[in-house]
This record gives sequence, C-alpha cells and structure tokens, in this order.
Amino acid sequence: MKRLRFILQKEFRQMFRDRTILAMMFMLPLIQLGILPLAMNLDVKHINLAIVDNDHSTYTQKLISKIGASGYFIIVTTAPAYKQALFTLENGTADIILEIPASFERNLIREGSQPLNVTVDAINGIKSGIGAAYLLTVIRDFNQDIRLLNNGQPVIAPAVIDTATSAWFNPYEKFTWYIVPGVLVLLLTLVGGFLSALNIVREKEIGTIEQINVTPVKKWQFILGKLVPFWVVGMIVLTVGLLVARLFYGIIPVGSLFLLYLLAAVYLIALLGFGLLVSTISNNQLQAMFIAFFFIMIFVLMSGLFTSVDSMPAWARTIAAGLPITHFMKAVRMIILKGSSFKDVLPVFIIEGLFAIGLNALAIWNYRKTQ
Amino acid sequence: MVKPYSMKKNNLHTPPDAVPADTPIIAAHLSKSYNKGTVAALSDVSLEVKKGELFGLIGPDGAGKTTLFRILTTLLLADEGQAWVSGYDVVKNFKQIRRTVGYMPGKFSLYQDLTVQENLTFFATLFGTSVETHYELIKDIYDQIKPFSDRRAGKLSGGMKQKLALCCALIHKPAVLFLDEPTTGVDVVSRREFWEMLQQLKQQGITILVSTPYMEEAVRCDRIALIQNGRILHVDTPSRITGAFPVNLYAAKAASIYTLLKDLRSWNQVESCYAFGEWLHVTLRQDTGNGQALIREYAASRAHAQVVVQTIAPTIEDSFIRLATSNTLPYGSGH
Repeated sequence: MKRLRFILQKEFRQMFRDRTILAMMFMLPLIQLGILPLAMNLDVKHINLAIVDNDHSTYTQKLISKIGASGYFIIVTTAPAYKQALFTLENGTADIILEIPASFERNLIREGSQPLNVTVDAINGIKSGIGAAYLLTVIRDFNQDIRLLNNGQPVIAPAVIDTATSAWFNPYEKFTWYIVPGVLVLLLTLVGGFLSALNIVREKEIGTIEQINVTPVKKWQFILGKLVPFWVVGMIVLTVGLLVARLFYGIIPVGSLFLLYLLAAVYLIALLGFGLLVSTISNNQLQAMFIAFFFIMIFVLMSGLFTSVDSMPAWARTIAAGLPITHFMKAVRMIILKGSSFKDVLPVFIIEGLFAIGLNALAIWNYRKTQ
Repeated sequence: MVKPYSMKKNNLHTPPDAVPADTPIIAAHLSKSYNKGTVAALSDVSLEVKKGELFGLIGPDGAGKTTLFRILTTLLLADEGQAWVSGYDVVKNFKQIRRTVGYMPGKFSLYQDLTVQENLTFFATLFGTSVETHYELIKDIYDQIKPFSDRRAGKLSGGMKQKLALCCALIHKPAVLFLDEPTTGVDVVSRREFWEMLQQLKQQGITILVSTPYMEEAVRCDRIALIQNGRILHVDTPSRITGAFPVNLYAAKAASIYTLLKDLRSWNQVESCYAFGEWLHVTLRQDTGNGQALIREYAASRAHAQVVVQTIAPTIEDSFIRLATSNTLPYGSGH
C-alpha cells in the first residue's frame, strides 16, 4: 500500500508540473463548453435570399415584406432576371432564389393558383433544406391570407388543422440544452480515455517503464497508480463542466447530482480501461494519438452527440450501441434534462459496468501478452 | 532490508539445477532473434561472472549487448538457453531477481520532471527501502549531485544524469549491478570519474556487469568478453587478451597515409592492415622478426616519403579486430 501511495504521489506531482496539460484539463471544459454550444447552433438563421420579382404587384410586395418580417431571411438582392439571381447563388451571396413569375397577381385572382420557383444551393444541405422549408411555410401562410382577401368577405374560413406543439424537458427548445450535456460527455471521454492512454505510452516512449519493470513493483500497482489520477481529474472536469452549464446556460440538472456522479464514476472506469488498451497497442505517443483520434471521430459522429442515434440506419445503430459513450450520453441527458431516477438509468449502469469489466480485462490480458 | 527476505525465498525455491553461489551471473547458450527469426541478436552466448567481479562486455553498436542485458534483467525472454542471476532462474524466479539487481539502461530512464531528490526517494520506495538505509553505499556519488537535489532531472548535465541514474540503481544495495553503456555520450572527465566510482563499488562486494563500445575502457575491467554479431569472441582478462596476440604488430606512417594503406593492403606479404588514428597497424604473413625493415623497404620501393615504422604492443582494439576476423586469422597461443 505504501508503494501505491508513493506511485500516486509521483503521478499527481508530475501532473501538476506539466503546466500545459494542467491548463488544458481545466481550460478544456471552460472553453469547449463556453464557446462550442453557442457556435454550433442547428437553428438556421440568416438565410440569404435572392428574389426575382417579375410581377411588381401589390401581392408580390406583400409576399416579400412577409418573408422579410419572418426574421429568418436576409433579402440580399432583388434581381431583375433569374439568370442574374443564379449568379448570386453561384458566388455564394445567396442561399435560396425565389422567382415570382410575371402576372403573379393576375393569375392568382383569375386562375386561383400560381406556381412559384424556389432554387436552393444544396452545398450546405442543412441550411438550404431548412431554409426552403421555412420559405414554404411563409408562402403557405401568405396563401391563407390571400384566400381571405380574395373572397372579400371571409364567410367560410377554410378548414385548417392547427397543431400546437409543446416541448417537454426542453420547453424553449434550446439547442444549447441539447448540446451542452453532450459536450460534457465528450470532455469526460477525452480526459478518461485519451489523456490516460497518452500518459502510459509516454512512460514507454521515454523508457522509464523499463526502469520500473526491473523493480519489484507489481503490475497492478503501476496500472492503478496511472488510472486513479485520471479518474479524479475526470470527476473534476465533470464538476467544472456542470458549473459552466449552470452559469453560462442556466442548465441545472433536474435529476439527482449524486446519480450523475455515480454513473460518471462507472463510465470513467470503462474509459480508463479503453485508454489502457490503447496504450498496450501503441509504442509511442504519435501512434496513441492517431488511434485516439480515430475513435474520437467515431465517438463524435456516432454517439448521438449531434444527430439522433434513432434516425441512423440499422447497421449504424448497432455500431452506436457498441460504444460506451452512446449509452452514457443518453443517460446523462436523461438525468440532466429529464430528471430520470436510478431505476430509469439502471440498464445504462449495467451496460457501463460490463464495458468497464470487459475493457479492463482485455487491456490487462493484452498488457500481459506484450510483456 | 531486501537481503534477508530474498535469502528466505532462496531457501524455499531452490533452483532445479545446482547453481554455484560464487557466480552471480551465468548465461548458458542464450539465443535471441528479432523479427520472426530474421535478425539474430544473440546466438549461443555463454558467460560466467564471478562474485565481486567488474566484468566488461565490449563490442560495437548492434553487437547484442543490450539484448543480453535485457534477458539477464528479466525484461526479455530468450528464445533458447538459460540464465541465472544471483542463483535465480531469469524466467522462473524473475521476481526475486528484480529485488536483488540494479539496472541502469543505456538510455536515461528517470523521470525528467521530478527532482533529483524525488527520483531517488521514488525508486527507494519502489524497492521497499528508504534513501537513508543504504546511504553509505551511494554517499560518495550522491555528494557530487547533492547541490542540485532540488533540480529537475531533465535539467542536469549528461554526467550528472549518469550519477543520479547510478544512485537510483544502487539505492536498494543490489548484489548485482547491470550497467548498459553507462559512459556513452559522457565527456572524458566524467567517464574517468565514473570508472573510478565503479572500482569503489567493486570494493563493496557488488558484482558489476558493464557494457561499453569504447575499447580503451576495457582495461579498467577485471575480465572482459568481446562480443560481435551476437557471438562472444573471447573471454579473459584484458592483459591476457592483448598478451595472447599471436604475431608482431607494427605501426607505420608516411606522408601520404591513404596511399600507404592501399599499397600495404595490395602487398601479398601483409596479413592485415588497419588505420588507427594517424597510424596504420600492420601484421605480416611470414614474420621472422625483421618486419620493421621489410615494411620500410617496401614503402621506399613504392616511393613513400617520411616513412616511420615501429613495433608496438597490441591494444584491446587490435585484439578485437583480429578476433572479429578470426575465421581467417589465428588467435592465441593454441595456434
């Protein structure tokens, strides 16, 4: 036990001496959580719209002012011809072109219908897709108004099914509420899984592991001495992250904090096992870095950080289910936003527990083999 | 502290083969290859080091010195052969060996971000002892780095690092000390100091196995093993190795040393000719004692100016080169 205490003392000492890593550990949650959720906003705003008005009637004036008033669109140009508008799409100043044909007003009144042309720049798929949907909503709305006007007297209001949506667990449908717990999980993963891997590999790289190996130190003492500090740092990062979430975004976990920490504790053990596994595979920090990067990409894209796992194809859902981060991310959102109880997240506890046992066993088995 | 415990263990697990107690290091027919057998690092290496001996392993880079060290310090498994350190089998009793040996790898392997004092305390704790327990052993060496005890190991000079590494390897009073190229990359003065320290440690009864690529350091060892391409060429005391040089050795030089080298090598009387600094070391095929005159005559016939030829005593390096090519040249009194 005395040996383990000294190994831990040495690890913490080294950690506190490495100013860069130390600063990263605490700046990481502050900066990542402070800036990223604000920058990464999936609410589409500032859609640049080019309008080709071939009609110049009162109706087109009304439509254009309605679009402008919606708050989502910036009318960058009103081009005299479609060809010129297309040019603005090509050089990137406009995202969407709305072409209103000549005799728009006349046809609407006389024929009762008039098609419009909407052209979107599909390079930024999300922006153009959502932008076009917004635009269509505005036009449909305008359509309703027209019918009332057209009839002169609104005797029979057209039958419309009006749906009122209420958003549970995130009443204002804030994107930050969705993304902040996700980024927090990602930070915990970085610290627990990758910093630990790099640290062990560093001992290999500079050769100190040789010197340790010829001492009577037991393998478990050495490994535990490596893992415990990162477990502690993970818990600190979680604490800093929760504070940032509260102070910057007003996100106060609805569920039990104790439950959150307990789950994070188990998750970190699983992740440390993963880090240990990476360190047994790699011989130097560069290799470890690359392996870590490979997994980080998968974690970010497949864990449901940005996109819902449920809307992935079946094979992708299977991969996602095989990542410890997916389950943890889901459970963290459940606890923070929904206030889920221990009973609700019990399956996640079991899954993370299994990951913890499995990954650590695999790592130790692999560690033995390479000796 | 460590000793009584390991003695007890020794009694409990007596090695299957009777290993002489006065030979702390025994290697028997060790072979090791890398890359699935394509690179042979050691082939059939056998070696015995006696108690209290300062034993040198001399050979160029890539001769297999580090591989042998790693096998003896239980860091690597040999493909074939057996080895015992302090009477313990390196495979079966590796735990006991790790308690009783000190190892200083060729590459500086202490924590650069810990101070001198912290490194020392850390390694003492790993061995279950304290810096004070065996302070007498390291006192002379540690006194030299004591003024820097609060400095981080990474900020020490090469010689200082070496001394700290030696202190850390000695902190548990090992019975056997393994030093893998301790003087590589260290300045001449520090190297001399280092060898003096090793002599002092020898006085304390510690068996030392040290490797070096510097041939001139060989004379400081009690016995040496010359190693090349994973094979032991010869094991003996340095003086007996040089003394067994079978023929006369001449040193020659001239105004144009390079043309002299080419000329001598093309002369059928010459057995071997190598450049040693500003001199050429030459042996002749049929030497009847008038070699000096023969070489001088030959050089004159090739129009060399300022020719000097002397008879010299062979060094370890001469012996090594002759032994390394011993499949073509005879060595020792037996031939």
